[in-house]
Amino acid sequence: MTEGRRSGGLIQVGLPTWIYLPAMVGALFVIVPLVAILLKIDWPNFIPLITSESSRAALVLSLKTATASTAVCVLIGVPMALVLARGRFPGKSVLRALLLLPLVLPPVVGGIALLYTFGRQGLLGHQLQLLGIRIAFSTTAVVLAQSFVSLPFLVVSLEGALRTAGTNYENIAATLGGRPTTVLRTVTLPLVIPGLMSGAVLAFARSLGEFGATLTFAGSLQGVTRTLPLEIYLQRETDPDAAVALSLLLIVVAALIVIASASHRLAGPV
Amino acid sequence: MRSIFSVAVAALGAAALVASCSSSQTDTASTTTGSAPPAPTSITGDITVFAAASLKATFTELGAQMEKDNPGTKVTFNFAGSSDLVTQLTQGAPADVFASADTNNMTKAVDAGLVANDPVNFATNTLTIVTPPGNPKQIASFADLAKPGTQVVVCAPQVPCGSATEKVEQATGVTLTPVSEESAVTDVLGKITSGQADAGLVYVTDAKGAGDKVSAVPFPESSGAVNTYPIAVLKESKNPAAAQKFVELVTGPEGQKVLAAAGFAAP
Repeated sequence: MTEGRRSGGLIQVGLPTWIYLPAMVGALFVIVPLVAILLKIDWPNFIPLITSESSRAALVLSLKTATASTAVCVLIGVPMALVLARGRFPGKSVLRALLLLPLVLPPVVGGIALLYTFGRQGLLGHQLQLLGIRIAFSTTAVVLAQSFVSLPFLVVSLEGALRTAGTNYENIAATLGGRPTTVLRTVTLPLVIPGLMSGAVLAFARSLGEFGATLTFAGSLQGVTRTLPLEIYLQRETDPDAAVALSLLLIVVAALIVIASASHRLAGPV
Repeated sequence: MRSIFSVAVAALGAAALVASCSSSQTDTASTTTGSAPPAPTSITGDITVFAAASLKATFTELGAQMEKDNPGTKVTFNFAGSSDLVTQLTQGAPADVFASADTNNMTKAVDAGLVANDPVNFATNTLTIVTPPGNPKQIASFADLAKPGTQVVVCAPQVPCGSATEKVEQATGVTLTPVSEESAVTDVLGKITSGQADAGLVYVTDAKGAGDKVSAVPFPESSGAVNTYPIAVLKESKNPAAAQKFVELVTGPEGQKVLAAAGFAAP
């Protein structure tokens, strides 16, 4: 990391001018579709469209489930990141690759995998049924689907922060007599709070956008499992104006998340 | 290229004229002109067919049949939800034929000025109850779906199979409380084949296509909600002769046989 800063005294190399052209094409590729949505909005009816009963139910459900999924990701993702960054055991790289697989997996595949795990006839379905727990078609299924696809985002981002922070402070704390739990609580975690925050924000954003796994695993019922992306997909069938209005709503929420995440990143020691 | 094509069309028209004249004279004359026409009358080239997802199996078979009957033709399909297809066509997707799973979406295509001639109805489809194999909850009628503790999955009212479901509910006075309202009939079927729900409402053809992965429970009230499938050649077609040929194949005896085998009823 320190090598990149060895330019003291030398002339700084600027970017070749031509690089701006492909970069601009790339930027337009991202920005133009967003503008297209803005132009397509039926502004006079925008508020009624996004405040209809089904839209409100979908937004509330999306925010609730994404929050719950983020909590699940933090609870199990922080220990996972710690073990991957600091732990020493055979087969770690293989395990790491496996755990991060949902990152590159199509969400619909995740949905099918969850179906055959927690579904009625899934691997754990019978045991769950004996306990009287029904996961399919419930809000729990939505949270499971979102957590499954979001977890790697939190783990990767926190693991990266842990590696960047290094172990120097932890070792010093240990030499001063700190027990592992004390060191973790008072040194390690406070150092990586910014990394944890941006990981959590990413997980929340990914949960909010989750579509494929939810559709496959949880079903679609207003107020129970039909989150905002599913509502958009359904509205598109009969009411494209509503679908576009809800898309803008999701873009606005996503933009707020990106801004929040950026401000955390600026505050962080990167 | 275009002039050669128009010459071919003119020749085709002339041949047809000759054929119709001669057929009035003797029956044998018409069979010979029909079976061994000169080269310009044969259909060649590529066509793209936009068809409702429920037509995938039957149309794939008929496409292969068309390619076999008319060497030099190539039929490419785009299978999706009918409303998605109309959206794609309205946005300028190039296609020669559109087959919709309901009249509603075909009307949208006609209203958008996409269709070259009047759509022809070629099949109908009705709803059926499907359950996991063996019908473990012993569902025997539409009313049984409303029994407490029965987990039913249906299509959302926004999609054709869901509006058919609503019609049946109104006709029977039975109100369902589904655990999920899916946006595609295939998603309903998936929830049944994977054993997630006790019963679902899908089209007869979906149930037939799923084979022994589901048990079908027909119910008489389904006749109250019949979905009609129209097909039409599109205005933007680059190969209207081949497109028309495909429409004729679908609406003709051969097409009707394939559709009937898949569970479709005649219009």
